[in-house]
Amino acid sequence: MFYREVGEFKTSYPQDSESFAIGLDKYGYYFILIIAFGIIPFLVNDYWANAVFVPFLVWAVASLGLNILTGHCGQISLGTGGFMAVGAYSCYKLMTSFPDLNIIFCIIISGVITAAVGILFGIPSLRIKGFYLAVATLASQFFLVWLFNRVPWFYNYSASGQISTPERSVFGVLVTGPNVQPWAQYLICLLFAFGLAWGARNLTRGSLGRSWMATRDMDIAAEIIGVNLLKAKLSAFAISSFYIGIAGALFFSVYLGAVEATEAFGINQSFLVLFMIIIGGLGSILGSFIGAAFMVLFPVLLKNILVGWWQWDAAIATHLEFISVGILIIVFLIFEPHGLAQLWRLLKQKLRLWPYPH
Amino acid sequence: MNETEVTDKVDTLMDIKKVTLRFGGVKALSDVSFNIKESEIRAIIGPNGAGKSSMLNVINGFYTPQEGEIWFQGKRRPKLKPHQIAYQRIARTFQNIALFEGMTVLDNMMTGRMIYMKSGLLPQLLWWGKAEREETENRMIVERIIDFLEIQHIRKTPVGMLPYGLQKRVELGRALAAEPKLLLLDEPMAGMNNEEKEDMCRFILDVNEELGTSIALIEHDMGVVMDLADRVVVIDHGEKIADGLPDQVRNDQNVIDAYLGVAH
Repeated sequence: MFYREVGEFKTSYPQDSESFAIGLDKYGYYFILIIAFGIIPFLVNDYWANAVFVPFLVWAVASLGLNILTGHCGQISLGTGGFMAVGAYSCYKLMTSFPDLNIIFCIIISGVITAAVGILFGIPSLRIKGFYLAVATLASQFFLVWLFNRVPWFYNYSASGQISTPERSVFGVLVTGPNVQPWAQYLICLLFAFGLAWGARNLTRGSLGRSWMATRDMDIAAEIIGVNLLKAKLSAFAISSFYIGIAGALFFSVYLGAVEATEAFGINQSFLVLFMIIIGGLGSILGSFIGAAFMVLFPVLLKNILVGWWQWDAAIATHLEFISVGILIIVFLIFEPHGLAQLWRLLKQKLRLWPYPH
Repeated sequence: MNETEVTDKVDTLMDIKKVTLRFGGVKALSDVSFNIKESEIRAIIGPNGAGKSSMLNVINGFYTPQEGEIWFQGKRRPKLKPHQIAYQRIARTFQNIALFEGMTVLDNMMTGRMIYMKSGLLPQLLWWGKAEREETENRMIVERIIDFLEIQHIRKTPVGMLPYGLQKRVELGRALAAEPKLLLLDEPMAGMNNEEKEDMCRFILDVNEELGTSIALIEHDMGVVMDLADRVVVIDHGEKIADGLPDQVRNDQNVIDAYLGVAH
């Protein structure tokens, strides 16, 4: 009734291919942006920033990255944790080796370095597919974490083997280190998440994105149409790793401040990001955000309700969290392989006609 | 029967010379030669397993023949990858539909314009300048094909949700989007009812007449072949057994034997 296409007159092809075709979508998008940029930074406190918003944004960037590779290009990767580690350690080395370099550039260059590593580990994808590729990327996960633990140069020979972020600021505002303000942490993550999501949307609707999706859906037909599979797959690995590297750099420098490779970038993180895109929606930008929000918020919510209100034992709450996430993943794989984003799409489809049946 | 030898060299689009293709010990094609002229509809027929699809796979580079040469537009073609051959503007459809199921009809056809998309990574990332211009220009060409094939109403439908007949049409559209010089159709009418077949025949004839596209098609429906084709080549057991005008081929004793069997 209120969500409809009537009255939307498209008079050119650029208008017709807009991301938010229906008025209400567009306003909803602006509304969320205004709240995210204009209101939350003034209200956010330490708890909300560190338990909810910052991890949500960091994981959303990682999900965007994996979604480009797995959701759009159809190449399964279990190396996300390892690539995040590359981003984090590159960022650390850049910050300590070039103290004058702005943190924004440090983070972006970390992404570029991770992209190069991603291309290297993406080479097997030219020969192997599916499960076999997943196992090959699993090798990269273990190799990279091992590398950062074993070569002291990466953690600047610190006694604990940990890396911890020096204090850096942007326009005079501290964004990393122990004395950082929650709103500054939040805002820098938001800027990266917004910019990268916008870029991902542009890439996936253009010819590069179509070459990825063609590779995913039918690689033989893609090839005869003129898609260079080598280029399509390696570019997907590169760009996906760029995103994941930036997520790793933010995770280390802005969010946690100090990390140790095995603990922070283990195989669990690879699975976590994979679950995010499965629950959120494969091949969907919105899905990456919904999935990240779900996987970050769900444990917080469960803990608050079970431990905070009902006074349950914390250990039981944790187990319950594992069980319910496991069940949810199975349910989604069976009933809605395209995730929460698809449910949202179906809801909008229904809303277009509501309250009429046809 | 001697069509190939009297052909004027100038208007020969593709010349296939003595192509032999082996898979291990199996000979899929042996010593097959024929040509395709500019703006003609060339049918390739033969019983099941005769090597027709292998022939198309040789033409667009999936298989590399062990012997023989392929000449395209007066030049001998070196060994190329399928995606490089696409840039010579050879497009095809498949026997079993090979559309991109997760994408819309429009996106499928825009993917068909891949060889014309040249904007770099940065303009695409920012959706700015060349990337946006290119998108609109190519969209206009794709929309013309959508109009031609009468599939405007399903433009934004994911192809996985379409019925079989329409999927076949979209696949033709995706091939046409490349503005091919040579269009290879592998059983474009398989599994269709009469009405759908008539539509498809009309599209094929229109493409051929209006755009002057050369078409090589594999088809089992002899009625269709005899009506559409300018010339027919018959392959059996990997060997060419007849080549010529539809009427000549129809009355050729070798062809009749291949289809009906011979008493030994």
